[in-house]
Amino acid sequence: MPNSPQTPGIVAQRLPSAQVAQNFATYMPAYDAHEARVAADRCYFCHDAPCMTACPTAIDIPLFIRQIATGTPDAAAKTILAQNIMGGMCARVCPTETLCEEVCVREVAEGKPVEIGRLQRYATDSLMAKGVHPFTRAADTGKRVAVVGAGPAGLSCAHRLALHGHTVTVYDRKPKAGGLNEYGIAAYKSTDDFAAREVEWLLKIGGITVETGKELGRDMTLDGLESSFDAVFLGIGLGGVNALGLGGEDMAGVSNAVDFIADLRQAADKSTLTIGREVVVIGGGMTAVDAAVQAKLLGAQTVTMVYRRGKEKMSASVYEQDHATASGVTIVYGAAPMKIVGAGKVEGVEFRYESGEAFTLKADQVFKAIGQTLVGEPIARDGKKLVQRAGKVWAGGDCAAGGEDLTVTAVAQGRDAAEEMNSVLMGAGA
Amino acid sequence: MANLTSNFIGIKSPNPFWLASAPPTDKAYNVERAYEAGWGGVVWKTLGSEGPPVVNVSGPRYGAIWGADRRLLGLNNIELITDRPLQINLDEIKAVKRKWRDRALVISLMVPCDEESWKDILHRIEDTEADGVELNFGCPHGMAERGMGSAVGQVPEYIEMVTRWVKKHSRMPCIVKLTPNINDIRKPAEAAHRGGADAVSLINTINSITSVNLDSFAPEPMIDGKGTHGGYCGPAVKPIALNMVAEIARNPATRDLPISGIGGVTTWRDAAEFLALGAGNVQVCTAAMTYGFKIVSEMISGLSDYLDDKGMALSDLVGRATPNVTDWQFLNLNYVTKAVINQDDCIKCGRCFAACEDTSHQAIAMSADRTFTVKDEECVACNLCVNVCPVQDCITMVEVPKGGVDLRTGRKVGDYANWTMHPNNPSVAAAE
Repeated sequence: MPNSPQTPGIVAQRLPSAQVAQNFATYMPAYDAHEARVAADRCYFCHDAPCMTACPTAIDIPLFIRQIATGTPDAAAKTILAQNIMGGMCARVCPTETLCEEVCVREVAEGKPVEIGRLQRYATDSLMAKGVHPFTRAADTGKRVAVVGAGPAGLSCAHRLALHGHTVTVYDRKPKAGGLNEYGIAAYKSTDDFAAREVEWLLKIGGITVETGKELGRDMTLDGLESSFDAVFLGIGLGGVNALGLGGEDMAGVSNAVDFIADLRQAADKSTLTIGREVVVIGGGMTAVDAAVQAKLLGAQTVTMVYRRGKEKMSASVYEQDHATASGVTIVYGAAPMKIVGAGKVEGVEFRYESGEAFTLKADQVFKAIGQTLVGEPIARDGKKLVQRAGKVWAGGDCAAGGEDLTVTAVAQGRDAAEEMNSVLMGAGA
Repeated sequence: MANLTSNFIGIKSPNPFWLASAPPTDKAYNVERAYEAGWGGVVWKTLGSEGPPVVNVSGPRYGAIWGADRRLLGLNNIELITDRPLQINLDEIKAVKRKWRDRALVISLMVPCDEESWKDILHRIEDTEADGVELNFGCPHGMAERGMGSAVGQVPEYIEMVTRWVKKHSRMPCIVKLTPNINDIRKPAEAAHRGGADAVSLINTINSITSVNLDSFAPEPMIDGKGTHGGYCGPAVKPIALNMVAEIARNPATRDLPISGIGGVTTWRDAAEFLALGAGNVQVCTAAMTYGFKIVSEMISGLSDYLDDKGMALSDLVGRATPNVTDWQFLNLNYVTKAVINQDDCIKCGRCFAACEDTSHQAIAMSADRTFTVKDEECVACNLCVNVCPVQDCITMVEVPKGGVDLRTGRKVGDYANWTMHPNNPSVAAAE
């Protein structure tokens, strides 16, 4: 092995290839049938269940768990997918600890919720492993809809539209469909090319054409789409990344966490990716955690995540923070970045606590993860987010107002937009 | 540590926990392991007549039902009496009894319904020095088709007749094991009593089909595509057994007849309940078959602690609840309770609400923040909410004191009055 965690600089193969592969494969193993039964038996089948209310897609959780408990995981999967066509990915990436599982009455009673996310994965995996698509497209309506962005919002919207019999063309600027599911989710959460498999499975509904490498504003215009389709859905996500606004951001060794995460997802052998010996991640969200944890999985010797505010303000959940620290990441709270230190290439970052005390962390690689922003102005904007144009153009997901930057919220918004579009297109709605 | 020493119809054992006649007591190996684990006694698996032993199926002989987490709740079996040669059993019984003098060892018997057969088997076992015999009039499967087991137990006249033969041809204490597959359990108990039985034991297993294989369309346990009814036991049958024990214990004709309580005894608490209803000891099978012999340690410590806490001797417990078993007509109709939900313990699952709203009396209110409260003006105190609540003692029934007002009826809570005194009772009206 040429390198080790102690090798200075930004290098590849700090750990053996097999070790890296294992690091990325063992995050949360799937339940086997026995584990699923045991976990399902813990559900109390609550009345008007709090978990269901907490789910942005309002999955009937007690019902699907009862279906698992009674030996019908395919029926459980259908219950899930009827509300959330990306229930498979959501089972992997939803911050369940702040959604369904946080309000599970057994969390309240015992501090141990029913493991809803893992049960959802068991059910959806069981069905998808059979290659079955459980829904049938309605008769063709003759209506055509353009969906811009093949992320969770766009694909959820497209699927629901197709289900209703509309014909959908989905455009995406990237070479692969999936959006953040394909490029933005931590690699250890979406193993075995799950995002791509899920897209392939979702498209089995029929009536959906995906055109990748097509960017709004470059390859087509919103006006053009509006004139050639009956309706348009924008689910373009947030293409831009916030800058620190400090000197030295363009120094070698300083990059955006989202790019690092995307590279990880697309690398077949992750040990070939380079990583620093002393890595600093600036930010306090899920992106920061994902970058920090994966830097560690690649073999960085030290990874420090620095957040400008206190622990309680951090948008990454306590569960995610704990996962980061358990993975060997050090988290520093309440310290704002002041200066990138280095000559040509980064050597460290200077921070200052709220008390005014300054300190410098040695770093040969820095990842910025302080939020993403909408780029381009395809239609009217309300503040930073898109607003939809009544009756013709809808928007959903991270780019739209009301989004929570969660996969599950994007899926819900895409689905709900499709229902509205269907009403309008079929003349039943406003 | 309470003294758990038991004397049941003259048979002494260090505790009242015996293993019932069943697979766990089939041979010396098992019985010795049971004694080592601490069991007070065993009833050796049923012996048949001299001659070629019975034959068991070689496919599955047990079926089951389960609760959450695959907790075994009920078990049935289609196993017959011992399939080992009689002499081997007799030799082992003798050797084991000599080695374990302080433990009870009773032999279960089932032979054809004629005096010669019973006389013969009784003479053959005399030499074993066993403490007593238990007449298996209970098994509902297999042997009943051959005129034995429950085929005898369902005819009180046969019970009386065979019991008389046994008492005539043996000086050993005689326990008659009763089948629950009968309308009125008091009749066979009375028959055993008339025949001179020293005790009855109950219940044997209940006729049952535990499940149906939905691929093969046959009952389980399934033998080559067919199934038959088997004998049901385990925690699920405990309520049936408790009632039958109580019926015998409070029947004037049998109230002095000692009872060995059997049926779903799984914990010390189950055992204590049987004892309180009048059983002099208990016999256990399914719990041992589910968890192994070690469970007796928990039964011993639990019963001992309970007796110590109550300041009672074991004999004080036996039958202590029997006087409180009565007929419906004597229940106090002026006893009023209301459900009360402890908000600190409530985990807001809402099952009480669903149960009450959908299936009972619409007496639980649910607020927007999932606070569940009882509407006293609707609550009939049915106890369903208590039973469906996953948190023990979160919902309790609180008595409305005498003189207080029942908000449902608007009436003051009065003195004791039962159905025999109630104006709606036609018999009461007729008497006036």
